[in-house]
Amino acid sequence: MRDKKELQQIANGLRKDIIKMLCESKSGHPGGSLSACEILSVLYFDEMNIDPKNPNMEDRDRFVISKGHGAPVLYAALAERGYFPKEELKKLRKTGSMLQGHPDMKGTPGVDMSTGSLGQGFSAACGMAKSAKISNDDYRVYALLGDGETQEGIVWEAAMFAAHYGLDNLTAILDHNGLQIDGKNSDVMNISPIEKKFEAFGWNVIEADGHCIESIQNAIAKAKEAKGVPSIIIASTTKGRGVSFMENEAGWHGAAPSEEQRDEALEELRRCMQND
Amino acid sequence: MTSMATRDAYGQALKILAEKNEKVVVLDADLSKSTKTADFLKVCPERFINVGIAEQNLMGIAAGLATTGKIPFASTFAMFATGRAYEIIRNSIGYPKLNVKVAATHAGLTVGEDGASHQAIEDISLMRSMPNMVVVNPADGVEAKAAILSAAEYVGPMYIRLGRSKVPTIFDENTYKFELGKGIVLSEGSDVSILATGNMVSKALEAAEELSKEGISARVINIHTIKPIDRELIVKAAKETGAIVTAEEHSVIGGLGSAVAEVLSEECPVMMRRIGVQDTYGESGDGDELMEKYGLTSNKIAEASRELVSKK
Repeated sequence: MRDKKELQQIANGLRKDIIKMLCESKSGHPGGSLSACEILSVLYFDEMNIDPKNPNMEDRDRFVISKGHGAPVLYAALAERGYFPKEELKKLRKTGSMLQGHPDMKGTPGVDMSTGSLGQGFSAACGMAKSAKISNDDYRVYALLGDGETQEGIVWEAAMFAAHYGLDNLTAILDHNGLQIDGKNSDVMNISPIEKKFEAFGWNVIEADGHCIESIQNAIAKAKEAKGVPSIIIASTTKGRGVSFMENEAGWHGAAPSEEQRDEALEELRRCMQND
Repeated sequence: MTSMATRDAYGQALKILAEKNEKVVVLDADLSKSTKTADFLKVCPERFINVGIAEQNLMGIAAGLATTGKIPFASTFAMFATGRAYEIIRNSIGYPKLNVKVAATHAGLTVGEDGASHQAIEDISLMRSMPNMVVVNPADGVEAKAAILSAAEYVGPMYIRLGRSKVPTIFDENTYKFELGKGIVLSEGSDVSILATGNMVSKALEAAEELSKEGISARVINIHTIKPIDRELIVKAAKETGAIVTAEEHSVIGGLGSAVAEVLSEECPVMMRRIGVQDTYGESGDGDELMEKYGLTSNKIAEASRELVSKK
């Protein structure tokens, strides 16, 4: 396992890249990207069997960002991992860019599934895991879901499928930050008790602190031990994590920071990295 | 004349593919006996996946399978495949250009007694307007079988439209060759061209026979691939006969008739009539009776042809 401090530094670095690229493109989704930085840091820099030089390696582990609006954190992680030059991040959402507003598997090396319409990535991830079972491949599939996303019907069709076919090579991670565009999950459409819902659907449910590297690592280890059932890690997170004026503000779901806000955010993240 | 439902041909083709191509995976949403994917299940259970009554997930799972190199055939009734799961097909299959075959049975009015809720008459329109999607609508069992075998070879998303009811067999299995995107001239003619697809092809042939008795020479063309459509053959027919009639078991909006009109208006405008469902929903009833009631008959094709010829 990689050093926890190092992984935390990577997570904070991803945050800086997210803020920079969103300010540059003047659009995008900071809240749900900032909330998933530790999760992607652990997956891309510690856990997954991947090779940036060979993005389509057949036996690679797969990652599907089902909450496709979290594209910025994925792009930041892919660039940091060496799938493409960091320069590309500046072109996010711009005409002709390989970094689309939502992930496009045909355009961006390292993107395993095109997503953006909620729930669809999760279903595709289940298909990938089922495919491995059919041909006895031993790669693992990771799917990152948003909590608001679980309001989509297809999520539960897929959840039923994964349990029915015993997809223990599949680990879903719920970025549970409690907010969606129109406000709190609990006000818009209550998803609670989400743990019990997945349990009832036959899943191995693991709880974790989504901003604690060690907690995420332990949860992934537990998921890999579970046999015959898919696992979901309910990761408690804070939307907008790391940038105090964005934290827990639904308004920062899909708004880009101004240059002043960018500088303020970067300064805060810089101080935070020094302290870590 | 022998007859066979195109869905039965689908089952037969899948049995061949079970042995021939180990990448082929067949999915169904609790309709395997009706869609005939049960034929595949019998011989290859390890590569058959029932997703239950969940058409959106059917398409999502198929997309995921395709990303790992499998060739999924995702099957359900045309209504639920193209209607209920439309956006999943668009965003998870069409947009990433994944190698999924959406094989939809029970298309059109001839699903019959189940009525309007089950009669997909907009499916060609929906699939045709989707970038990357190839649309195939076979005329008989022989063509359907060949098209499905060919679909496994073609890399990319494809919609294959199949029917519930038996249709007359037009082609000889021993000599038939399916060529994606190429229309087939079934009878030569110089006064009018009848461009038909699916189960309307045999009716077009009947109409041409009827017309020949009256001294009208009708060319009959089977358009099994609606997209990419055979522009060259359509323009040639328009130039040489000066009148075009289209026939399809589908709404006249967005299907074969529209596709042909698009080509003609750009390249060779000629008089045209479209036989199809006239912007209305169907109803419960015997398939043949419904075809009669909604004007999908050889008589209507002949009538439209006569009218055009008289106006020339």
